[in-house]
Amino acid sequence: MSASILQDKQETLLEVEELCTYFPIRSGVMQRESGQVKAVDGVSFQVRRGESFGIVGESGCGKSTTGRSLLRLIEPTAGKVRFDGKDITGMESGSLRTLRRDMQMIFQDPFASLNPRHRISKILEEPLIVHGIGKAAQRRERVAKVLETVGLSAWQLERYPHQFSGGQRQRIAIARALMLEPKLIVADEPVSALDVSIQSQILNLMQDLREQMGLTYVFIAHDLSVVKHFCERVAVMYLGRIVELGDKRSLYGQPKHPYTQALLSSVPSPNPGAVSERIILQGEVPSPANAPAGCVFHTRCPQAMDICRQERPVLKSVSQGHQTACHLYS
Amino acid sequence: MSQPAVQMSVPPPSHAEVSSPWSDAWRGFRRNRLAMIGLGIIVFFILIAACAPWLAPFDYKEQDLMDRLKAPNGEHWFGTDDLGRDIFSRIVYGTRISLWVGFSSVLGSIAVGTLLGIVAGYYGKWVDTIISRLFDILLAFPGVLLAIAIVAALGPSLQNALIAIAIVNVPVFGRLVRAKVLSLREEEYITAARSLGMKNSRILLHHILPNCLGPIIVQGTLGIATAIIEAAALGFLGLGALPPEPEWGKMLSDSRQFIQKAPWTVLFPGLSIMLTVLGFNLMGDGLRDVLDPRMKS
Repeated sequence: MSASILQDKQETLLEVEELCTYFPIRSGVMQRESGQVKAVDGVSFQVRRGESFGIVGESGCGKSTTGRSLLRLIEPTAGKVRFDGKDITGMESGSLRTLRRDMQMIFQDPFASLNPRHRISKILEEPLIVHGIGKAAQRRERVAKVLETVGLSAWQLERYPHQFSGGQRQRIAIARALMLEPKLIVADEPVSALDVSIQSQILNLMQDLREQMGLTYVFIAHDLSVVKHFCERVAVMYLGRIVELGDKRSLYGQPKHPYTQALLSSVPSPNPGAVSERIILQGEVPSPANAPAGCVFHTRCPQAMDICRQERPVLKSVSQGHQTACHLYS
Repeated sequence: MSQPAVQMSVPPPSHAEVSSPWSDAWRGFRRNRLAMIGLGIIVFFILIAACAPWLAPFDYKEQDLMDRLKAPNGEHWFGTDDLGRDIFSRIVYGTRISLWVGFSSVLGSIAVGTLLGIVAGYYGKWVDTIISRLFDILLAFPGVLLAIAIVAALGPSLQNALIAIAIVNVPVFGRLVRAKVLSLREEEYITAARSLGMKNSRILLHHILPNCLGPIIVQGTLGIATAIIEAAALGFLGLGALPPEPEWGKMLSDSRQFIQKAPWTVLFPGLSIMLTVLGFNLMGDGLRDVLDPRMKS
C-alpha cells in the first residue's frame, strides 16, 4: 500500500457535528405540537475517505434517521453535516441537488426502492438524465457497463423490477447508486431483507466496488456480525445517541459501554463449546418521545450510578481511536 | 474470486417475454368475462355513435304529425314519439350526446381533480388543508342538487350541464388522487428519486403520476356511468340538452305522460341509459380487479 493511499485514508470526507432530528408530536383538534420524538439527539462522528463506517443499534434507535438526515432526505433539526468540505445543512435546494451526485443511498427493501412501473433501463438511466450527463448513446453505454459491474447482463435491461429476485433487485439498486460515480454511499440495512446466502454475495459486491471505485460507505445495520465483517470503524447507537465509537477491533474486543457489552453478548457464538456470559438487560427501551434525563441508558444499566441519572455523559476517549459516552470511564 | 459468477447461466430469452404492468393487467382483464361484456357494450355504443348518420333511417328532428305515437313497426323500429319523430333515429343520435357528456365531463373532472389532488397530497400542510376542505364542501351537497344549482346559475344548455357534472365529480377524483399520493409519497422509490437529486416536478410527473393512473382509470370508467345518469337526470329536469336535441333523459321526460298509451317512448331511451351505464360499470369493476392493488391478493 503506497503512502498516498495511507494519506487519503486520514482525510475526512464526512463530518457530522451534534446532529439532531426531532419529529413533532401533534395532538388534539388543532394539531398543536405537544412534544417531540428525539430520533437523533446530538450525534457527532467523522468518516474518512475510503473507509466503511458502521452504525449499529436496535430498531428504533435512530440509526436510519441518522442516515437519512446526513443526506437531508429528512431535514435535521439542528447540527452540522460537512461533506467534502461543504456544509450541506444550510445549503439551498438547488446546490443540494447538484451535490447529490456525490452522495447516494442504498435502501433496505429492494422491493420498495425501485419504481414498479419503470424498466431497469429507465431506472438506471434516469440519474444521468436528471444531472444532464452524456448523450443518449453514451448514457446507454454507461448503463450497460454499470449493470455488468454489479453482475447483471444487458439483456435484462428491458425487464421490470418484479421480474427479478430480491438479490438481483438489490444489485439493481446498487447499480443505480453507482451511476453517478458518487464519493459516499449511505447503505441503510442493505442486506437485512435478503436471504443469508444472498447477503454475503451482496456484501462482497459492495466490498469489491469500494476497492474499484474508491467508495466510502456509511453502513447502517442491526446485525453486529455483518458490521464486523464489513466496517473498519463502528458507532453504537442507543435511543438517538452514540454511546460508543471505535475501531472495529477494539470495540468488538474490549467493549467499554455497558450497552455495547450487553449487545455483543447477545451475538450467538458459532462455537458451541464457548462459554459466554450473556448479559440480559432488564426492562424495555424507553420511548424516544420521553427519554430519561442524564444518561439515556441509566434505566437499564446494570452499573448505573447517581451521576448517570443527572448528567448526560459525552463521548470521551478511552484508548487510541476508541470513545465511549459513559460515566464509568470519566 | 470473491464474487461468485452471478447466477447468469440462464440464456438470454430469444422471444422477449417482457411483461409490463400494463400488459399484465390486460391479460387479467381479458380473463374476466363480465368485464369483457362491459367492454363489448361500450364498443357497441361507440360504434353506433360513430356511424349514426348511416344507421339512422330518419332525421332525428324530422316531425311527422300523421305518424304520432306509432308502435314499433317495420318502418319505425322503435316506434315514434308524440311529434311523430323516429325514436330509433333519436336514440342513435342520442348515443353521441350521452357518450360525449360522459367522456368529456369525466376527462374534465380528472384533469382538475388530479391536479388538485396531487398538489394537496404532495405538498401537504396548508395547501392540503385548503384543497381538502374545498372537496369536503363540494361533497356535502348531493351531486344532482349541486349540478342543478350550477346549471341554474349558468343557464340550461348541454354544455353547461356538462360543466356542472364535471365540477360535481372533481372532488371524487381529487380525494382519490390525494389519498394515493399520500401513500406513494412514503414509498422508498420516491425517497430514492429525491436522493438522486430529482426535482419535485420530475418526481411528480415520472414517478407519482404514473402510479396513480390505475385508480384514476378505474374511477374514471365508473365515473362515466355516473355522469351519463346525471346528464340524463338534468335532461329530464329540462336543465340539460335543449329541444330538439335527442338527449335520452330529455326523451324520457318528454314522453312520460304517454307511458300508458305508448310505453315504447320511454322504454327505449330508458333501456339505452341502463345498457350504457351497465357497460361502463362492468368494465370499471373489471379494471378495478386488475389495476387496483388493494383488491389484489
